Amino acid sequence: MCTNATEALSATGVGVSVMSGDGDHRMAAASDPATERIEELQLTLGEGPCIDAFAASRPVLVPDLDDSVMRRWPVYGPAVHGEGIRAVFAFPLQVGAVRLGVLDVFRTHAGQLSREQMGRAITFADLAVTALLDGQDQPHADRDLDEAVEHRARLYQAQGMVMVQLGVSLAEAMVRLRAYAYAEDRTLSDVAADVVARRLRFDPSQS
Amino acid sequence: MTTLSAESLAKVFVEVADTLVAEFDLIEFLQMLADRVAVLTADATVGILLVDAKGRLHFMAASDESAKLLELLQLQQQAGPCLDAFRTGRAVVNTDLFAPVAAAAWPDFARFATDFGFRAVHAFPLRLRDEIIGAMGLFSRTTGDLDDGDVRIVQALADVAAISLLQERTISRAEVLTEQLQSALNSRIVIEQAKGAIAQRYEVDVDTAFRMIRSYARRNNRRLGEVAYLVVTDLPSLTGFEEPAG
Repeated sequence: MCTNATEALSATGVGVSVMSGDGDHRMAAASDPATERIEELQLTLGEGPCIDAFAASRPVLVPDLDDSVMRRWPVYGPAVHGEGIRAVFAFPLQVGAVRLGVLDVFRTHAGQLSREQMGRAITFADLAVTALLDGQDQPHADRDLDEAVEHRARLYQAQGMVMVQLGVSLAEAMVRLRAYAYAEDRTLSDVAADVVARRLRFDPSQS
Repeated sequence: MTTLSAESLAKVFVEVADTLVAEFDLIEFLQMLADRVAVLTADATVGILLVDAKGRLHFMAASDESAKLLELLQLQQQAGPCLDAFRTGRAVVNTDLFAPVAAAAWPDFARFATDFGFRAVHAFPLRLRDEIIGAMGLFSRTTGDLDDGDVRIVQALADVAAISLLQERTISRAEVLTEQLQSALNSRIVIEQAKGAIAQRYEVDVDTAFRMIRSYARRNNRRLGEVAYLVVTDLPSLTGFEEPAG
């Protein structure tokens, strides 16, 4: 996926890091060995767009590694500049309150992502989220990706409900919902509708 | 509609132009815009849609629940006055929802809106020159049409709001709006997740759950998004949800 993203975004490299709230960060994938080293840089140094994107739950887009960037990340800035990188775009991998990591796009030339590239980058981030939730390289065919707003709201509500039913984290509730839909060969939004309508419960004692 | 004094109108314009505050929050800014326009037009409810980096429109704020439903319906049907205003960049004003033209253009929207007791709709693009970032819908229970002066004032407010969102990009960085919008979209997801958690925990429906979260946030003087995040990450630490509002 990182290799495909590199091509689709006219990037030099794309890397994905898996991160957790308690500071346990590790690199999960990169388009090539050089990008792997660059991706690891911010994890080692503990600062950079990727760290900030994860902490603030929002993209951190740096189209030009200029002086103000060097002031913002005094250690990381010069280090990544020294690797020949001139632009970094970090997209958080998240679904609401569940934060899984960050996808980083690196370029050796300064300049913004075009509107089309921005859309693609966010689509790649969505794909990475799905892959991480399913714990495999080939995510389940996501029939729900572009579904109606109302259905998506119901899916998120179901995640919150299953979290409380099972007494687990929101991330685990999300995985359980996906696994159930996959095992029963039903769409995620169908399963979510049943949960919200209280036709389906996930806690074993009550099912 | 122009029952407001020039003084209060001026105040609204300044408020809408002021995005350079330290803790700028996109959802709260759009909520403020919807509320101000609703007050300005006296009888209309107001909803706002913004476009994301993938070109998809999202519901962002509304002055009340009925405006929210009307915006969501348009998104679901991919048809409605706000979508027309967004696609063409032109305002759609004084459309009588009982007129054949409305039923022909947006049959589902017109039926749903009239069932809700609405009589007229006005939709304004949020734009700066060629760039259109969303739309604002005004739904009215009377047919008291907006006159040319009213239309100019509302469009001017929409323009100022769009400029102040877009100017931040030229002043600081072009990427700021994308960053804020993606963050705001994620905050809305957190709110839905929290509604589910509270609905399950207290055995209530999701609408009641939302009211409980909102009134908890108000009672404790905290932001809605902040409370929603705590609900889904640390529910046991939050007590006092059961208390009835007020």
